[in-house]
Amino acid sequence: MSKGRFGIHGGQYVPEILMNALIELEQAYERYKSDPDFTAELDYLLRNYAGRPSMLYYAEKMTKDLGGAKIYLKREDLNHTGSHKINNVLGQALLAKRMGKTRLIAETGAGQHGVATATAAALMGMECEIYMGKEDTERQALNVYRMELLGAKVHAVTEGTQTLKDAVNEAMREWTRRIGDTHYVLGSAVGPHPFPVIVRDFQKIIGQEVKRQLAEKEGRLPDAVMACVGGGSNAIGIFHDFIDDEGVRLIGCEAAGHGIDTDKTAATMTLGSVGIFHGMKSYFCQDEYGQIAPVYSISAGLDYPGVGPEHSGLRDRGRAEYVPVTDDEAVEAFEYLSRTEGIIPAIESAHAVAYAMKSAPEMGKDKILVICLSGRGDKDVASIARYRGVQICE
Amino acid sequence: MNRLSKVFSGGKAFIPFITAGDPSITVTEQLIYSMYEAGADLVEIGIPFSDPVAEGPVIQAADERALAAGVTVDDVFSMMERVRKSCDVPVALMTYVNPVVRYGTERFMANCGRAGIDAVIVPDVPFEERDELLPYCRKHGITLISMVTPASGERIRMIAAEAEGFVYCVSSPGVTGIREKIGHEAGGMIKAVKDVKDIPCAIGFGISTPEQAAELSCYGDGIIVGSAVVKIVEEYGEDCVGHVAEYVRRMKAAISV
Repeated sequence: MSKGRFGIHGGQYVPEILMNALIELEQAYERYKSDPDFTAELDYLLRNYAGRPSMLYYAEKMTKDLGGAKIYLKREDLNHTGSHKINNVLGQALLAKRMGKTRLIAETGAGQHGVATATAAALMGMECEIYMGKEDTERQALNVYRMELLGAKVHAVTEGTQTLKDAVNEAMREWTRRIGDTHYVLGSAVGPHPFPVIVRDFQKIIGQEVKRQLAEKEGRLPDAVMACVGGGSNAIGIFHDFIDDEGVRLIGCEAAGHGIDTDKTAATMTLGSVGIFHGMKSYFCQDEYGQIAPVYSISAGLDYPGVGPEHSGLRDRGRAEYVPVTDDEAVEAFEYLSRTEGIIPAIESAHAVAYAMKSAPEMGKDKILVICLSGRGDKDVASIARYRGVQICE
Repeated sequence: MNRLSKVFSGGKAFIPFITAGDPSITVTEQLIYSMYEAGADLVEIGIPFSDPVAEGPVIQAADERALAAGVTVDDVFSMMERVRKSCDVPVALMTYVNPVVRYGTERFMANCGRAGIDAVIVPDVPFEERDELLPYCRKHGITLISMVTPASGERIRMIAAEAEGFVYCVSSPGVTGIREKIGHEAGGMIKAVKDVKDIPCAIGFGISTPEQAAELSCYGDGIIVGSAVVKIVEEYGEDCVGHVAEYVRRMKAAISV
């Protein structure tokens, strides 16, 4: 079995032209991940630039309203650039710089990873080009302008379904054209080895902080941890430090779109089957001939037909559960958290909030549930207004 | 002598690529016969895929047309069974790995064997992952083609040592598609291959004109042309067969001097 496996999942299924780039990346990562200068510089940026550690907030009103488990929110939405994406981007940009790369490219769905990458490129004086599905550039127009403001060039991808999967395809194609000076900053815990490992390692700080913060507040481990899953970077980030704590339920909330009994869905774990795509073996939404399915979710960040290989491994061994959450449920949760706690969550993160709203009342009051609030919802306000039939001028 | 070993036995080989089912499986079958008659030494047939990440815009569009026409890998197998009743043209299937594993790798290779397919080219399975396919290819007598690229460097030795049939040499970085200028990296790559193993080397990616084909063919044993052929199919649709045959004749002539 080749490198980077999680059970049967993972691997390095890429064209030969990219193999040396992946090997070079892996060697650089192995060298720098324990290099004191590298870790000190990353730690400095995470604290002073990104705003870590992010807060663990006791959602008292939500807890009382739902009448069950005690709910904590891990506030990744308060990071600089408004989501957990900055954790991984700062790490990868520093690594790329150490490797002598001068140009960063990235895919983006909702735009959060693109904004984070453009931000890191501006900070470190690197060129930056972002690939984004045309449909996503329309539903997340504000983030496109934000990236341009930060000095990045945004390419609207018109191939295929014009969403996240096609943005990944195009970023991979661009990387094969220009490997020498360019690092591909993959934004989720997907793709060929070593990306799923690198992204997870730069995101696992989320779970490490939760563990420490909850020990201070409650003196114990949580009973359940919930996060939304598209590719799964915030989820693997908050899950990872709890994998060996068997008593902690790990629950990934994937986008069911209009519902898992419709063809307008992106519920990979619920409906998908094992395949090999975007460099990895994992679960994918696909037809009987292995054509990748055109998936759908209201959330551009979860609108992806696959899932990271470590999640597929966790699912196969029964360590994590994955549940579908519909557009309607996510929008209700988006509005609920806004009204109840005064926190507008990203529509992606609202999928995890929605499942917490279902499960908290079924858990005892002595239980503790942590939700990863992976991003803030400012970017989604206009599209939620449209969803509710409200006309607003931005 | 199996079909694959005769590909390079009569001078420089010309290897055209077409996407199966573009514009229809019937035209694909006619193209196979007519390209063979026009001098093609091996025909490379692409299984259309929803997300062909190693392709440029021309072949991406062909894949979309073929999928929109509803073509499946089963249609390709049945077409090849018909072809084999009358025609012994060497045939390589180009496919991404997901359609293979989803179909069932064992079943896929067994059907390839039954349909008289000689080789498979799977661009997203590099050397390190070849065990995903190789045991099944061996079992059913299908040759798994290895690729080398200008970015392969020292890896070429390892890849060449295990290569079978012929080596697919990628002319220049990037995805498939017509290029105005092609670097001269092929020469070095092919020398590195031949230092390790006496195996035919065919050069592909970017080649469209007879001049380019003639120039690059000096370095290797054959020329692979995809996008330029597919572009003719795109332009003429159902009426493309004569135009493609004419192009194949010109290209074969250009490398036969």
